[in-house]
Amino acid sequence: MNVIYILWLREVKKYLRSRAQIVASLGTPLMYLAVLGFGLGPVFRKAGQGSYLQFMAPGVIGMTVLFTAMFSGIAMLWDRQFGFLKETLVAPVPRVQIMIGRTLGGATVAVIQGAIIFAVTLIAGFRPASVVAVPIAFLIIALIAVVFSALATAIGSSIKEMQGFQMVMNFLVMPLWFLSGALYPLEGLPAVLAAFTRVDPLTYGIDGVRGTMIGAAHFGVSFDVVVLLGVGVVFVIAGAWRFSKIEV
Amino acid sequence: MVAVAQLVRAPDCGSGGCGFNPRQPPLFKLQVAQTAKLQGRVAQTAKLQAAPSPTCSREDNLSENHIIRVQHLVRSFGTLIAVNDVSFDVHKGETFAFLGPNGAGKTTTIKMLTTVLRPTSGTLELDGLDPVVQPTQVRTRFGVVFQDPSLDSELTAWENVDIHGVLYHVPRRVRHERGETLLKLFELWDRRNDLVKTFSGGMRRRLEIARGLLHTPKVLFLDEPTQGLDPQSRNQMWTIVKNLNATEGVTVFLTTHYMDEADRVADRIAIIDHGKIVATGSSAELKQQTGTESLEAAFLKLTGTSIRDEEFSAQDRMRQISRVWRR
Repeated sequence: MNVIYILWLREVKKYLRSRAQIVASLGTPLMYLAVLGFGLGPVFRKAGQGSYLQFMAPGVIGMTVLFTAMFSGIAMLWDRQFGFLKETLVAPVPRVQIMIGRTLGGATVAVIQGAIIFAVTLIAGFRPASVVAVPIAFLIIALIAVVFSALATAIGSSIKEMQGFQMVMNFLVMPLWFLSGALYPLEGLPAVLAAFTRVDPLTYGIDGVRGTMIGAAHFGVSFDVVVLLGVGVVFVIAGAWRFSKIEV
Repeated sequence: MVAVAQLVRAPDCGSGGCGFNPRQPPLFKLQVAQTAKLQGRVAQTAKLQAAPSPTCSREDNLSENHIIRVQHLVRSFGTLIAVNDVSFDVHKGETFAFLGPNGAGKTTTIKMLTTVLRPTSGTLELDGLDPVVQPTQVRTRFGVVFQDPSLDSELTAWENVDIHGVLYHVPRRVRHERGETLLKLFELWDRRNDLVKTFSGGMRRRLEIARGLLHTPKVLFLDEPTQGLDPQSRNQMWTIVKNLNATEGVTVFLTTHYMDEADRVADRIAIIDHGKIVATGSSAELKQQTGTESLEAAFLKLTGTSIRDEEFSAQDRMRQISRVWRR
């Protein structure tokens, strides 16, 4: 338990110390919020769908969580290059504890980043359905964070060089984000696109957040939570397995 | 400090006593049992009783007080045989040096003893335990400073030490007391709350060694610990390590290719080349054996004068990248 805690604490401390990184990582979601939120707003309204900002705010929060959690995979490569990973791997503790500590640390950081963006959307004019909805939505946000931190751990354990991570960002993270229904409604999509959105775990995450925050879920919040839990279990097991196979 | 040391140390199984090793042939198991029974008696009796084994040198059979025993160790990577049938003992409390040119198999041997790498064949024993069979127990018994740095440079010196203490299950109070003692000893106490990225190479090395000693290990592995350090840092580092070696009785196992270093700090030296041990003994013995006057001359006589070209592996490339990143 102590081991998990100290490795979790390490991730959080490092995050809180790197202010530049905090600011930089908020840039992309803010750009989406400002440019698309206000730029596409009039079109969305004309189509009779109401406020686009209300619709996409949960999507941008989901995006922040996805990106931050996946970047915790980079932290692993960083540790591999700078050697700290070796220090943890020769310690007399089960590797699964190390993996859980790291993953929870990455997930915590992702939730904090999500909370910051949530605050920004409030300033921009986003209004959740009720005050009670917010903590429930954040439980779902925490689930999203764990799902993708575990995925990042699995990937970070499997690739050895920074170049590999660039591939992951381009061919995994960006599609996960664009196919998640964060930017467009899931109703009436072409069959192929609809199929892709349904295999993207982030779709259910954002749908769940949207369901709790503005009461407009496509699949239903309980279904979303079940899917996230299932995918989370699979990814955590995959992450622990890949992590146990690391050779230093 | 000695009291603290005893407090932290895990219950001692005795060398060979509880290290039941299913990978060893039955004959050897019998020998180990016998040896364990005899431990309380006078050393001389034990020497007489120990059955001569054709696999060990005469000297190895006499060493009842070994903490590390390596027998017929082989490790190959594809077609390359990095370690080729290596056998040696390290005695309790001594400073033992692996001296060899680049690519001789020094690091590979350390990696196998520290549970990072599995041997292709052969047997290993550290404090009576087999690193392959009982990696977790073995890990509590050694501290290691790898060739590449393994500190978290975004954390402070103290945080690095503290995390290590938690990972090695050192109780909080002991962690703090011994951490303070060690950081003071290595002259890092004043800088304990500074981020490691602000440290010089020598300070980082000292911090790594201090951290490696926090859990009061029985063996301290130092893989080329002074590479890239200036003479002052090297001198200071060895003074402290030799001092701990004398006061705490920690066995020091180092690799190096600096002759003067091996000559000065090591009680015994094993010269390794092309994955094989070519000679073992004290510096004086090696000089005598080869009829040379300096250890360097002895070394060159034993290993030849040809230049070794290491193959540039993916790991070396990573190492280079990380050096660039570290500025």
